[in-house]
Amino acid sequence: MPRGLAGRAWDMLGLLLVLSSLIWPAVIDPETGTGLRLFASTAATFAALILLVSLLTRNLASPVAPAAAILGVIAGAAAPLILLRLTGPGSAAFGLWVYVAGLTILIWRAMGVLSTLIDRDIVRRILVASVFGVAFVWYWQVITIGFAVPSILLPPPSMIWDRMVADVHLLWGDFRLTFFEAVLTGFTIGSLSGFLFAVVVERYPFLARGLIPLGSAFSAIPIIAVAPIMIIWFGFGSSSKAAVITLMTFFPMLVNALAGLRSADRMELDLMRSYGAGYPTRFFKLMLPAALPFVFNALKINSTLAMIGAIVAEFFGTPLAGMGFRISASIGRLQLDMVWATIAVAALSGSLFYGCITLLERRLTFWHPSLRT
Amino acid sequence: MPEPVQAISRPAATAAPATPVIEAADLSLTFQTADSPVYALSNINLTINQGDFVSLIGPSGCGKTTLLRVIADLEQPTGGNMTVLGEPPDVARQRRAYGYVFQAPALYAWRTVERNVMLPLEIMGMSRAERAERAQRYLAMVNLAGFERKYPWQLSGGMQQRVSIARALSFEPGLLLMDEPFGALDEITRDHLNEQLLRLWGRTGKTIVFVTHSIPEAVFLSSRIVVMSPRPGRIQAEIDCSALPPDRDLDVRETSDFIEIAHEVRQALRDGHSYDED
Repeated sequence: MPRGLAGRAWDMLGLLLVLSSLIWPAVIDPETGTGLRLFASTAATFAALILLVSLLTRNLASPVAPAAAILGVIAGAAAPLILLRLTGPGSAAFGLWVYVAGLTILIWRAMGVLSTLIDRDIVRRILVASVFGVAFVWYWQVITIGFAVPSILLPPPSMIWDRMVADVHLLWGDFRLTFFEAVLTGFTIGSLSGFLFAVVVERYPFLARGLIPLGSAFSAIPIIAVAPIMIIWFGFGSSSKAAVITLMTFFPMLVNALAGLRSADRMELDLMRSYGAGYPTRFFKLMLPAALPFVFNALKINSTLAMIGAIVAEFFGTPLAGMGFRISASIGRLQLDMVWATIAVAALSGSLFYGCITLLERRLTFWHPSLRT
Repeated sequence: MPEPVQAISRPAATAAPATPVIEAADLSLTFQTADSPVYALSNINLTINQGDFVSLIGPSGCGKTTLLRVIADLEQPTGGNMTVLGEPPDVARQRRAYGYVFQAPALYAWRTVERNVMLPLEIMGMSRAERAERAQRYLAMVNLAGFERKYPWQLSGGMQQRVSIARALSFEPGLLLMDEPFGALDEITRDHLNEQLLRLWGRTGKTIVFVTHSIPEAVFLSSRIVVMSPRPGRIQAEIDCSALPPDRDLDVRETSDFIEIAHEVRQALRDGHSYDED
C-alpha cells in the first residue's frame, strides 16, 4: 500500500501545482504589460478537468482511464504552447513554470499508470517511448520559447519544423545522395565483404592470426584521418564516401561473423559429423544459422557507423549537396535551423535504418535466448 | 572384410545366431597433452552382437564415453583395430550406420521439434513427404505427438532428450549409441524414459550401446554390462544380465536376481579400484 499512497500523494501534488498555477499570470504581453492567466485559456480548463477525471477513474480498470489520461495530457500540454504563441518568445511568467512543474508530475504518473494498464508488450513499449519522445520535444519548445533562447544556440522545434517544410526538396536531395548513394552502398559492400572474409578465415585459421591483429590496428585509426586519403583515391563523388564506410564497416562484421561461425558447440558439430555431413551441409544447416545473431549485431553497429562515416566524409568537401555538406555549409552561414533540420533527418533516417534491421533480426533470430518470448 | 584377430565373445543371451556388430581388438587411445600422455583406452577387446543392449559402466574418466566416440568415429584410436558392421568406423559413419544420442539434447534452436527430427533425413536427401511421415512416426513413438511445431526451448529437458532420441531413430539405423542420455534428468523422468527405451529396444531389435554411471540403470536396461575402470581405461569385467526377463518393468529392481547382478557390478567396480580415494 505505501507505493499506492505515495502515488496518490504525487497525483495530488501535481494536480495542486497545475491548479495553483492559475493564481499567477502565465505570460506577460511584452507590449501591453498585461498578464494572461492560463485560466483564461479554455484549453487549460478542459485539460485540468480531464486530468481530474482520469485520476478519479484510475483504479477502475476500464479503457476510460488511459484514454482520459492521454487526452488530458495532450490538452494540458497544448495550453502553454498556445499562450506562448499569442504573446511571443520570452513572455513566460511564474504561473507558466508552476504549471509546467505540475504537468511534469502528472505526465510521470500517467506513464506509470499506462505501463501497468496496457498488457500487450509491444503496444506499451511504443506508447511509452512515444510519450517520452513527445514530452522531450514539448519541453524543448516551452523552454526555448519561454526563456527566449537565441536560435543560434538552440532553435525551438517549431522553427526546425518550419525549415524542414520549407526546404523539403533540398533536404530530400541531400538525403538521397548521402543515404542511397553512400550509406547503403558502403554498408552493403563493407558488411558483405566482412562476412565473406569471415567465412574464408574460419575455414583457414592461419589467416585469422595475421588478419585480425592487422584489422584491429586498422580500425583504431580515426575515420577523420582516413577520409581525406579516400577522397584522393576515389575523388569527391559518392564512391569516396562509400569507400570510407566500407572501411568502417568491414572489421566489425569480420570479427562478429567470425565469432558467430565459431559459436556452434562441439556437440552440435559432432552431430553433423555423425551424419557424415560435408562442409556445405555443415555451413548452411549449422554454422550459418548459429552465426546469424552475431551477424545482426554487426549489422546494427554498422548501420550507425555508416551514417557517421558518410557525414564525416562529406565534411571534407563534396560538390554541392549531401547531409554532411549541408551541415558544414549551413554552420558557416549561421543557418542553425537548417543544421538542425538536417540533424533531424539524419536522426530519423538512422533510427529507421536501425529499426528495419532490428525487425529483420526479430524475424530471423527469434529463437536466440535474448529474443525468446 | 577382415576377420577380427581375437574376438572374445561371450555366449549371447538370445538363441538366435550371434552376428557381431562391433568388434574391438586390442584397441587403445592415448591423448597427448602438454605435460604427460593420458591413456584413455588401453587394450580393449570387445564384441557386441546384433540385438545386444550393452551398457558401458564405470567412474568418470574410465574411457566409456571415449570408447563410444571411437565406435562413432568421433575419436581416432592410436592403436589396435575396430570394426563397425565389418567396416572401419569412418566408413560406417559415412554410411550413417548409427544414431548417436549425446549427453545433452543438442537440438538446433532455430528448428522446430519436427524439423530437428527431419535434420538427418534432409541431409540424406529424403523426399519431403517421407521426411514428414518419419518425423510424425518417431515423435509419436517417443510420446511427443502434437509437439511438432514447438521449438526445443519451449519443451522440458526430458522432452528435449526424447526429441533427440526420435531424431536418432528417424533414419532407422540398426545401431544406437547413447552417451548418458538421461544423466541430466531427474530420477522419475529417467525411470520413465528407461522403461520406454527398453520397450523400444524389445520392439525394434536394434543394437544399443549405452554409456552410464548408474548401476541400477545399467542392470535394468542391459542384456550385458561392460564394467570399465580408470587409469588407464580398460575393461574390468563383462556381466551377463540374461537372468532377468527381457520384458522388465521397474518392479524388477526389487527382485533378488536384480540385486544379485547389481552386486556383481559393484564388486567388479571395486576390483577395478573405482571406489578408491585419490
